[in-house]
Amino acid sequence: MTLSAFAYQLLEIILGVITAPVLLGWVNQCRAWLQNRSAPSLWQPYRSLHKLFYKQAVLAENASPLFRVAPYVVFGTMVLVVAIVPSLETRLPFTVAADAIALVGLLATARVFLSLAAMDIGAAFGTLGARREMMIGFLAEPALLMVLFVAAMISQTTSLPLIAERLSSESLALYPSLAFTAVAFAMVLLAENARIPIDNPATHLELTMIHEATLLEYSARHLALMEWAASLKLYNYVCIGITLFLPFGVATQSQGTTGLALAIVALALKLLVAGSSLALFETVSAKLRIFRAPEFLATAFLLAVLGMLVHLLLGA
Amino acid sequence: MNGIPFDLQILNVLAALFLLLSFSMLAQRRIVTLVNLLAIQGLILFIATVLLAWRTGETHLYLSAALTLGLKVIGLPWLLHQLIRKLDVYWDTEPLINPSATMLIGLLIVIFAFGLAQPISALASTATRNTLGIAIAVILLAFLTMITRRKAMSQVVGFLSMENGLFFGAMSATYGMPMVVELGVALDVLVAMLVLGVFFFQIREQFDSLDLRHFETLKEDE
Repeated sequence: MTLSAFAYQLLEIILGVITAPVLLGWVNQCRAWLQNRSAPSLWQPYRSLHKLFYKQAVLAENASPLFRVAPYVVFGTMVLVVAIVPSLETRLPFTVAADAIALVGLLATARVFLSLAAMDIGAAFGTLGARREMMIGFLAEPALLMVLFVAAMISQTTSLPLIAERLSSESLALYPSLAFTAVAFAMVLLAENARIPIDNPATHLELTMIHEATLLEYSARHLALMEWAASLKLYNYVCIGITLFLPFGVATQSQGTTGLALAIVALALKLLVAGSSLALFETVSAKLRIFRAPEFLATAFLLAVLGMLVHLLLGA
Repeated sequence: MNGIPFDLQILNVLAALFLLLSFSMLAQRRIVTLVNLLAIQGLILFIATVLLAWRTGETHLYLSAALTLGLKVIGLPWLLHQLIRKLDVYWDTEPLINPSATMLIGLLIVIFAFGLAQPISALASTATRNTLGIAIAVILLAFLTMITRRKAMSQVVGFLSMENGLFFGAMSATYGMPMVVELGVALDVLVAMLVLGVFFFQIREQFDSLDLRHFETLKEDE
């Protein structure tokens, strides 16, 4: 590993951490446009983060050290995931260090800490949110793993950068299995990021919220870190999706600085498209009852397994 | 994958969509949508048959494609829609097993069908032999659709979907059945559909509903 590789890695991390709130702002903006509302500024997530960082933190009296540590752990895990997902260049020190399964493990770690912190205070809504979060998580995780397995089977490796290289270098071929798993992945993305068919990101209605309920006890810088981590999670999922299904334009080691510049432009375009289609989907669909969520995620799992079976049978 | 010609790739995609449609029929509760899905399945079968006919140069496949288009894409769905409107049955009741469980059973069936098809497709010499597994899976899934439904209407749709699967299977294993058999089957399906249509009215007159549970009790028991 040369020094430039480390520099690129650092650039990728910083770019990811900075872009994530903007992506969230873009999704909110598109949603507002589609619903005929006047849209909040693209920088609105930054403004609220700024406001939260300057407030005085308040902790419940019976908060344990875990409650104070959890925001840093969750945020740190998400930054690590940004480093691992090959969103800009494939051969970077962190991207080759961990494979797709380790990635799912990291995401699970973040979820465990989020849920433990939500239950730590002992308030009813936090516990409720944590339970629901775990339910969604345990249903979504097998589907996500299946999606990753199909991509791994097609490219014969579980390492994300190699999958991206293999799929982007191949000549045009139709992969029905990849199409199935792409739909499954989109469903997992919606469920994991508390988007509309499963959870409404804009709601603060106690009985329906999932993700927001786990953050109820947090304030100031802790809340800011948690919200930043949530936007990073969305960014990460979109980037994983891009790596698996639209890796075209990602830079490889031989391409140097121009390749990197092109990769940044390609990534920005893909994020724009992904954000606006997410907003479009959220606008046209209604929130499901919580008891329909297993059905939704079972469908995602089914699509992913079907993709795998079709790949095994047709070799496509 | 790169070694496979482009038209075969399209055929594979169509086969995958064929299977996906079977699953969506398994999950669908609204009868109108179920009939529409059946029509789409027929359309995919039609496109696949035309593509295969063009690829192999077998002229009788064009004929059976035309038969598919006329009967399964336009004729029967139209007939079913008419029946739905006349009988006023827009919703199926809750299926016998819950949808997620049905889906998982469906997955097991697909695995079973793919295993079953492997030795057969190893013997076949057609270019489309790999899709035989999908055809068997569609047939068995249609069975499952019929088993898990209570209403006569959705059972008939399951029956027609099974016929689609059989057709697809014949196509992928031996480039279609002989013309006489194909014509016979098409006629059978048409007549069966007409007879069943009359049946629906009789059933409803007798029991005031199309729920087949009523068949399970004897008259003397009441």
